[in-house]
Amino acid sequence: MITGRAFKFGSGISTDQIIPGRFAYLRSNLPELAKHAMEDADPTFVSRVNEGDFIVAGSNFGLGSSREHAPLVIKMAGVRAVLAKSVARIFFRNAINLGLPVLLCDTDSINESDKLEIDLQEGTIRDITNDSRLTFAKIPGIMLQILNEGGLLPYLSKYGDFRLPSVR
Amino acid sequence: MSGTLAEKILSDKSGGEAGAGDIVIAQVDLVFVQDTTGPLTVRQFQAAGFKRPVSSIKAALFLDHAAPSPNRELADDHSFLRGFARQTGCFLFDVGDGVCHQIVAESLARPGDLILGTDSHTVTAGGLGAFACGMGSTDGAIALGLGKTWLRVPESISVILSGRFSPGVYAKDLIIYLIGRIGADGATYRSLEFGGDTVSVMSVPERLTVSNMAVEAGAKVGLFPADEMTRDYLATQGRVSDYRPLSPDQSALYEDTIEINVAELEPMVSKPHTVDNTAPARELRGTEIQQVVIGTCTNGRIDDLAVAAKIIQGKRRCPRTRLVVVPASRGVLQEAVAAGYIQTLLEAGAVILPPGCGPCLGLHQGVLGAGENCLSTANRNFKGRMGNPDAFIYLGSPATAAATALRGEIADPREFL
Ligand code: SF4
Repeated sequence: MITGRAFKFGSGISTDQIIPGRFAYLRSNLPELAKHAMEDADPTFVSRVNEGDFIVAGSNFGLGSSREHAPLVIKMAGVRAVLAKSVARIFFRNAINLGLPVLLCDTDSINESDKLEIDLQEGTIRDITNDSRLTFAKIPGIMLQILNEGGLLPYLSKYGDFRLPSVR
Repeated sequence: MSGTLAEKILSDKSGGEAGAGDIVIAQVDLVFVQDTTGPLTVRQFQAAGFKRPVSSIKAALFLDHAAPSPNRELADDHSFLRGFARQTGCFLFDVGDGVCHQIVAESLARPGDLILGTDSHTVTAGGLGAFACGMGSTDGAIALGLGKTWLRVPESISVILSGRFSPGVYAKDLIIYLIGRIGADGATYRSLEFGGDTVSVMSVPERLTVSNMAVEAGAKVGLFPADEMTRDYLATQGRVSDYRPLSPDQSALYEDTIEINVAELEPMVSKPHTVDNTAPARELRGTEIQQVVIGTCTNGRIDDLAVAAKIIQGKRRCPRTRLVVVPASRGVLQEAVAAGYIQTLLEAGAVILPPGCGPCLGLHQGVLGAGENCLSTANRNFKGRMGNPDAFIYLGSPATAAATALRGEIADPREFL
């Protein structure tokens, strides 16, 4: 069970808004880079977000570049899960590889600053503020395994190779 | 084996029947990284305990996004990647060689290959019939070490092209039109597969432009068949032996089919701040443009510079409009010099940048000022993309860009033919 506050964003938030290309010079200095998370979508985000909070977005979150630094700075800023109606393919894979859950659900009923309680195993989201309940789409088998191990590197150090889950 | 292009290639690479929706573990032919995603890839590679790339793959490093380096941090990243290339024997394409996707197309990609690049526009090589897919640094690192990756076999959308392009209308207008029609997430997780009688007369460079932007509709790959045009292109690159024909089966099943008569298309522009926010160029007349960029992995090839030079020949850019030209590779620059295009562009008042990404991602060499408008031949116009969230980016073809540079406002290139 994880609990935190919702930071609401609209649809079509690109990797250029999550971590702008102009900060590429900081990519070997991750603590500095992370200070710019979400900067071009909301310049106040980093100063307001707390460990354990959530990003709650509309559709096609994370479209654009393959830069893994996008989910990385979000995670480093303290965000514990990204909730969205849909996410771009590469962002989805990158986030799971870093152990950052991406939950697909109808985010319309969640408002800015709502307090959420998420049960990753059960697949449910409780909005404590407006007393409602949501379910999120099942994460595909192999991605769930990677997520459960905390990311692709720990997954591989455990299994040594990719393994196809017996049930998809 | 039967199926779509995606299913056929992934069946081949996974050693079984791979159908849409299946998860497969597939052998990778080429893994490449560039200078802004490469350092993290190398660090993840090392953190996973690998010493050198597995011998079954080709591995390449490109220093292209910040080349030559604009500051000491990126210079250090370049040194780090050069060191890794030296230790491991990876191919290294250094500053001035050009944009990764262009060099992959010129020198490395083969029809039927599975290619993984830590850059979203890796899809470009789909124009040669390669299943070329962008991924992040960790996926790239593991593929470098293991020589394989896992993939979900995508459903495919068939795009059937008919007719011939009208004068002044190009592959770029087609792909902008398509993205406007299906939206920035219209092909998410899908393979966009191009067919129809128009394809047989589309050159590989034109196909590369279309495949390059497949990702702007969310697609995992943008695939063309490999045919005589592909063979001709590989022959001009001196590697005809890399050719093998590839086409989807008649019985292939598609999730959706989109038909486009290209004869009905007109010059198209993507407006700020999303690629699917499209309009015909003629409707945007009067939009003042402070900077025009011709280049990038989308439209920095010799044919693109030829189109621009022809429109600009003997004229000068509008004094209020900067004209920035970035050839996609050293080979393109050399050809453009030999053909006189560079001279034409210089006489028109252009600035020529070294082969590479140039101003495309806002690191250097043409960052926009607040409130400025740019018309670029690139593939992305997101807020902040060219280094300034308070600037505005329009996307169009090299012809539209050239016409716009002459007029100082967005122009329909058909008026200059
Ligand atoms: S030219 Fe632009 S889109 Fe292409 S690889 Fe370089 S930065 Fe990316």
